[in-house]
Amino acid sequence: MTQGAIRPYICTGCGIGEAVDVARLAKVPVASGLPEPRHHPFFCGEQGLKIIADDVAAGAGSLLIAACSMRTLAERFNFGHGVKVERVNLREGCAWVSEPKDEDTQLLAEDLLRMGIVKAQKTETPTPFIEKLEKTVLVVGGGIAGISASLAAARAGSNVVLVEKDAQLGGFLRKLHKRFPRNAPYEEPEETGINENIEEVKNEKRIRVITSAQVENISGQPGLFDVTVSAAGGVEKFRVGAVVQSTGFKPYSPEKLGHLGYGRSPNVVTNAQFEEMSVSGIIRRPSDGKEALSVAFLQCAGSRDKDHLPYCSSFCCMTSLKQAAYVRNANPQAKAYIFYKDMRTPGRYEHFYKKMQDDDGVFLTKADIAAVEPMDDGSVSVTACRTLLGVDIKVKVDLVVLAAGMETAAKNGGALKLDYRQGPELPELNYGFPDSHFICFPYETRRTGIYAAGAVRQPMDSAMARTDAEGAALKAIQCVELSSVGKSVQPRSGDTSYPRIKFESCTQCKRCTEECPYGMYDEDEKGTPLPNPLRCRRCGTCMGACPQRIISFDDFHVDMVSSMIRAISIPPEEEERPRVLVFACENDSLPAFDMAGLTRVRLSPHIRLISLRCLGSLSMVWLNDAFSKGIDGVLLFGCQYGEDYQCHNMKGSELAKERMGKLGETLGRMMIEPERVQFEQLAINDYTRLGEIIGDFMEKIDAMGPNPFKEFAE
Amino acid sequence: MVTPVRKKPIAVIGGGISGITVALEAADTGADVVLVEKEPWLGGRVFMMHRYFPKLCSPLCGMEINFRRIRTNPKIRVITGAAVESVSGASGDFKIALNMAAELVNADCTSCGKCTAACPETRVDDFNMGMSETKAIYLRHPMAYPARYAIDAGVCKGTKCAKCADVCEYGAINLNAKVAAMTVEASGVVYATGWKPYDAARIGNLGFGKVKNVINNLMMERMASLSGPTAGKIVRPSDGKEVKNIAFVQCAGSRDENHLSYCSSVCCLASLKQATYLRELYPDSKATIFYIDIRTPGKYEAFYAKVAKDTSISFIKGKVAKVAEDAATGDVLVTAEDIFGGGKKSYRVDMLVLATGMEPNNAGNGFPLARDADGFIADWKLPPGIFATGVAKNPADVTTSLMDAAATAIKTFASGGGV
Repeated sequence: MTQGAIRPYICTGCGIGEAVDVARLAKVPVASGLPEPRHHPFFCGEQGLKIIADDVAAGAGSLLIAACSMRTLAERFNFGHGVKVERVNLREGCAWVSEPKDEDTQLLAEDLLRMGIVKAQKTETPTPFIEKLEKTVLVVGGGIAGISASLAAARAGSNVVLVEKDAQLGGFLRKLHKRFPRNAPYEEPEETGINENIEEVKNEKRIRVITSAQVENISGQPGLFDVTVSAAGGVEKFRVGAVVQSTGFKPYSPEKLGHLGYGRSPNVVTNAQFEEMSVSGIIRRPSDGKEALSVAFLQCAGSRDKDHLPYCSSFCCMTSLKQAAYVRNANPQAKAYIFYKDMRTPGRYEHFYKKMQDDDGVFLTKADIAAVEPMDDGSVSVTACRTLLGVDIKVKVDLVVLAAGMETAAKNGGALKLDYRQGPELPELNYGFPDSHFICFPYETRRTGIYAAGAVRQPMDSAMARTDAEGAALKAIQCVELSSVGKSVQPRSGDTSYPRIKFESCTQCKRCTEECPYGMYDEDEKGTPLPNPLRCRRCGTCMGACPQRIISFDDFHVDMVSSMIRAISIPPEEEERPRVLVFACENDSLPAFDMAGLTRVRLSPHIRLISLRCLGSLSMVWLNDAFSKGIDGVLLFGCQYGEDYQCHNMKGSELAKERMGKLGETLGRMMIEPERVQFEQLAINDYTRLGEIIGDFMEKIDAMGPNPFKEFAE
Repeated sequence: MVTPVRKKPIAVIGGGISGITVALEAADTGADVVLVEKEPWLGGRVFMMHRYFPKLCSPLCGMEINFRRIRTNPKIRVITGAAVESVSGASGDFKIALNMAAELVNADCTSCGKCTAACPETRVDDFNMGMSETKAIYLRHPMAYPARYAIDAGVCKGTKCAKCADVCEYGAINLNAKVAAMTVEASGVVYATGWKPYDAARIGNLGFGKVKNVINNLMMERMASLSGPTAGKIVRPSDGKEVKNIAFVQCAGSRDENHLSYCSSVCCLASLKQATYLRELYPDSKATIFYIDIRTPGKYEAFYAKVAKDTSISFIKGKVAKVAEDAATGDVLVTAEDIFGGGKKSYRVDMLVLATGMEPNNAGNGFPLARDADGFIADWKLPPGIFATGVAKNPADVTTSLMDAAATAIKTFASGGGV
């Protein structure tokens, strides 16, 4: 959508008027063929806004507002749909970080304005990608997570197809005798309620259940996922909008727990087996049917163990306490022993722990298990050391229960069979669990419109799985709702741009299809990318990766940034005014620069900042542009990468760093020292460090001297 | 949505991370939302945190994304400085009466900062847990949202002084502004009223408030924060000396029948995280953690393993019996049992951090909310159209609270509210 001529405004408030010569600055837009800019000391105030609004009413469709950061007062500078607003940051980016009335401050302001003009000229308000979408939610896996996701989605008004591999719904919960208490007063094991939940699903007219069924294939994109399911009745195909994967967990394989006695005595069982043994009311040991009057529970059986599962399985402490209650309720003479590493009953579960601690028939201690030995009479001897009593303990019990942990069902794969070039499953984060950014956005999936929920995505108990699944159902509905109006989901929620590709210049290099963090591109047999725009999250990684520069967004593209770089004025060498180009991630580094402004950190006036959606969108061409233009150095600010990556596009800053690794050769050919490019991992709260980082880099550039190209630059 | 268009918005009470998330998730799914916060700014408790566990990343990063979503989504209306007086009506048709703080600084504020420079009065900075001061007109953090200064009416001399109003070029300061009443209509109400740190002074034997170099874990967050009272230096309150030897007391007030009988579920991870703050800042420092059980469930175990690998961090299973001050040096003298190390021992440290737990905020809700014995909102007892989320109903970490926020958002669609 084009908006016609650009109408410039220069705000002189907040110290801008004192920092720069506004009359001189006003010549910049005029020199670019724009109308004389309007000035006002308070454009964000009622009068100032009216000046702009009047222009809009008179037909101005493209506004260039040189005032404060685009992050400041965005609501006030929104003039409605179809009116394009480009902000030039003269306040936080110039007046507040530079020496007032200094020539270098003036040059900075003029360059910022030139860059903004070019950006406004080169971009358009995005035309969204809009298709007629299907909104049905597919839920794969009919345990408590799948049931909860289905019920939540249906009650919010969505149609749901629930696919379960077993003949019945209910999953693991159906096999439980009881569940541990979920609500106050947290004192007694409760009925699982799973049969009622299954009934609720059956009575919900918006949910269609397919049991004894398996997903054979999912292709397409949010709102347009084509699903093939095979079931007893044959194969069927249908279309859905979004997917919740709630395929649950597998108990950790007890065959691997021989050191804890499993397989060496029939009277060593797992916590899952113990549930079935508890249903009848009398707990009998498997070897001879004798009533078990003493039961030892060994915690962390395979969990928190570098040789088995390194993580904590989260539910086993509460499960053993609950099972100890089974033992005590079945026969008040019976004794339960619980040997643990740390008793983990977070939150209000502590009340249940306390209740069991107060029971004289339950003996609890922190301990390391030294030996589990079967005895001739069928009993089992357990030796525990490093106990709270200060002495080693040896108990002879009728039954040993191993508190075995959980492994994600995703580990085996095969649940979704996605037709994605990057693979058939949700990408793994660690231990087989699917990827998620984990803290502030627990549903930040790398497969747009597909959300893992419940124990498949991290160890959790059934109460948490319900909540998680309801949250995932919300995200599934939300994804289709936003997609249906051409908007992106997290992290650029609401963005309506999407990549446009000039296929005629594609060399099938596959970088876009390999590097997209979201698997947006499939490929034909020659390697030509097949975009699925509704999978796109608008990070621009494909654009940065493409050596042919054929991928662009309406409001963000390689030529836009190249043109902004070319708009920077390069003073002649003898003026000793170096120029350093800064590329900054829009989410973390740009706010850090704004905060530096707000706290009046003094920054070098020689830097020229261009913010990018994500550092992953960095095109190598821009470095070439910069150095051939005479820029003396380039600073890249991206998020932390690696194991604890902080990039909300998972790989953006890491990919930028990788591309830098290949830069040396190019720079070498240009006779440019590789030290002229520096990569910094900057967190948003590091704004206090900006002055130092930039100062140090400027010193380095000063020491190296000017870019040798400067004298040849246009 | 297939659901009929709601006539009235969802009201979310509490603008911390849980309230923000419910509001955004509902709005992005098509609901109109009113987000009500009593403070001048959004962000709640997590805004005070230096870093999140286990990734040790700044909460501001996710906040930035959320603030951008708020700025650009016209379906959300944010009302700050608003205390809830009453909630009346029924699902689909609630009326929320708000007491609006006097709008001494209005939306014309550009956060230029001239007012603060001119202001002669100071106040204790509650955002920095009382460890520093601000002027009476202040912005609590450079990323505060809305980006608008506020006046502490308890300290400001008002029209008698008016220096701030005199220098403000934007007419943003009106010292004659009065408190006002406002009513918001809503189809459903979500309580995301969050928590406060347990008052450590009530735990007599741990010395808080008596021994100068005993602080709580929120104070530790502010101290570690680059925007905090010490610009990120971890130093002793008594003499500003760099802290090289620190100890943490777990379950300070939690899992204790005399205080909070529940486990606050985040304090173990918080102390592990805070031990890394010190270790990163001062490589020659050491930390000791006194604990009952280390509770790092699920994938958090990897974080525990990583921290425990640091040989300068020791873990002692045992309860702290007594905390005293060495008057000559300001050192903290800790007497604690060491279950695996042979009984009661004494320790001398530079500073002691009490891992205080979370207590639900339970005042000023304007509605007789059902609560459990621990004071958390008993959401299973709430009437239709009223919901609770986050730590208001359950002591949990951020990511668990945000799963709950998304789950609560979908329930607002399913409720009778607005249909």
